[in-house]
Amino acid sequence: MYQSQKLAIKYLVVAFALFGVMIAAGLLTAAYYLQPRLLFNTLDFSTAKILHINTLVVWNLMGFFGAVYWFLPQEVEREVVGIRLANVMFWVFCAAFLTVAAVFAVVQTGPSAESTLWLINQGRKYVEAPRWAALGILAIVAVFMFNIIATAVKARRLSGVLGVLIVDLVPLFVLYLDAFPSETNMAKDMYWWWWLVHLWVEGTWEVLIACIMAWTLMRLLNTSRRIVETWLYIDIGLVMGSGILGLGHHYYWIGTPKYWFALGGFFSALEPLPLIGMVVHAIYDAGVHRMHCSNRPALYWMFAEAFGNFFGAGVFGFMMTLPQINLFTHGTQWTASHGHFAWWGAYVCGLISIFYVVLAEARGARQIDGPLWKWSFALLNLGIIGMAGGLLIAGMAQTFHERALGGSTLQSFITAQASSWFVEGMWMRMAFGVMFAIGYVLLVVDLVRVGRMASVVELRIPEVGA
Amino acid sequence: MSNSHGADPAFWRAGAISATVVMLVILGLLSVNSLTVITAGGSHVPPYTAINQQILYRYDPVKGYDMPVIGGEDLLFGRRYDPEQARALVTRGKLVIQTKACIDCHTFFGIGAYFAPDLTKSWLDPAWDQLWMPMTGSKTREEAMVKFLIHPDRYPTWSRQMPDLHLTQQDAEGVVAYLKWMSAINTNGFPANFGHAPQP
Repeated sequence: MYQSQKLAIKYLVVAFALFGVMIAAGLLTAAYYLQPRLLFNTLDFSTAKILHINTLVVWNLMGFFGAVYWFLPQEVEREVVGIRLANVMFWVFCAAFLTVAAVFAVVQTGPSAESTLWLINQGRKYVEAPRWAALGILAIVAVFMFNIIATAVKARRLSGVLGVLIVDLVPLFVLYLDAFPSETNMAKDMYWWWWLVHLWVEGTWEVLIACIMAWTLMRLLNTSRRIVETWLYIDIGLVMGSGILGLGHHYYWIGTPKYWFALGGFFSALEPLPLIGMVVHAIYDAGVHRMHCSNRPALYWMFAEAFGNFFGAGVFGFMMTLPQINLFTHGTQWTASHGHFAWWGAYVCGLISIFYVVLAEARGARQIDGPLWKWSFALLNLGIIGMAGGLLIAGMAQTFHERALGGSTLQSFITAQASSWFVEGMWMRMAFGVMFAIGYVLLVVDLVRVGRMASVVELRIPEVGA
Repeated sequence: MSNSHGADPAFWRAGAISATVVMLVILGLLSVNSLTVITAGGSHVPPYTAINQQILYRYDPVKGYDMPVIGGEDLLFGRRYDPEQARALVTRGKLVIQTKACIDCHTFFGIGAYFAPDLTKSWLDPAWDQLWMPMTGSKTREEAMVKFLIHPDRYPTWSRQMPDLHLTQQDAEGVVAYLKWMSAINTNGFPANFGHAPQP
């Protein structure tokens, strides 16, 4: 095993541990809606929310790093250049996360001074981490870039997938520079913030995971490189063709000109196209292989990625993307419903699939199966669908009472939050959140055992087109 | 994928590059225009000195949605701020909003955490006059807002309360100035019907 692959496993282990931290913080966040006095003035909603969404970003990023450090040496058939430095940065990443999480939990906020932005909290959604930690992430991404580019140069090999990944690293680094400014004008602040959230998370990350999934497909289903690379380019063409100006659907209400209504509405309505392509291809692959695969959990999680992305990002996003509808749904739990489902489909299912592939290879398991992954698969997917459903019901109540009838005043906000639809939706979210957490525990147990215990049986790799 | 281009990755690579470049160029050009419009003092965002004036939010029958209207003089805290003082006060407000992580409970322009009310037009919320001015024994809206922000635990309105964020008098005045200035931004009608019945 390459040193890079040992590092990959460390990254993936920590990533999935943080997945659990994210769920715990998420359950706590959900609990405040049911019990508003919970930990009041001790650990308030905002702190739990910050922990929930920042842990999500960090564990996804660590998962991507892990996947790349696993597949890269296989792709170029040599050790990754600068692997010692990469190992150092892994520990820096872990230490920085622990420090930031501790500061969030204990110190929480600071005086209204620049020093607070540097040391405690930047107070911008998803990038609350203080500037010193954001600088640390930049340094980690820089080393990650160096590892990949230097390795490709040294190996004198540049496949299509690796080429796309290298090009994607540039905006991955540059767009994160938007994690630092403190702009007085909220309209300008939000304008650039959406470059960070939409173009960084929904753009560069989409390409990053597409590259990783391309490598995964080649290993999981023996799909030819030519087909995988063709679909990778089609996917990028569609994602960038629709997604770059699809950014406009975030520019309806932040003070920007009205032409974003037409541009944002049109291009964001096209954004499900690459996702439909993904679903069609997943069904095609399933048919070709008659659902036979040596690593069934990885295969099913890859299908969950395709369907989850299509429904969560595509359908749920399309539902509220036109400005005529968005005027009333925007900023309600409807958005949270879409956010949960979309993130699940776009990234989390893929990362779970990748971890199964990595563990099977690392442990030399010739076939992966067993009952436990099925339980975790069912509970996690039902859990997220139920959570998205509960939040959708609550969001509909808000849309009706607060946005459409009440004019979004404080009183209409309270009326909506107290409505039976909203309250029941929040209970539903909590119940399915617990189901999701149980699914996570089973997933972790299966990941620990898989390839080591009874689930190792004979190898049976189907031929493409068999 | 049966034709000559269909299975050729180079063909699709050229397509992906072209689509990306074209869209980035369009985004760049539109961003230059948008940033001009949303600069303080631009056509959609008022100068910071708008805090010296009356702000209203009225239905515009031509546009078909609510528009902010900047009226005559309506001093904040009884003071007239020159451009530099107004900028400094509003900047202080934004710094408080970030350092206290307000967006992780509230929303601004509908963006944030959904646990507490949207603050885009909160300066104009009738609750300040109807509820908090009598509750805090204040003569003006801004005085009531400052008292509430400094001691939110003393003025509960329902089961979900704002925690004590240890704001100073200057912090609270900065936040109030910020909310007044922000309420004058043209947000293309969001939120709809704020503070009045839906238009027929």
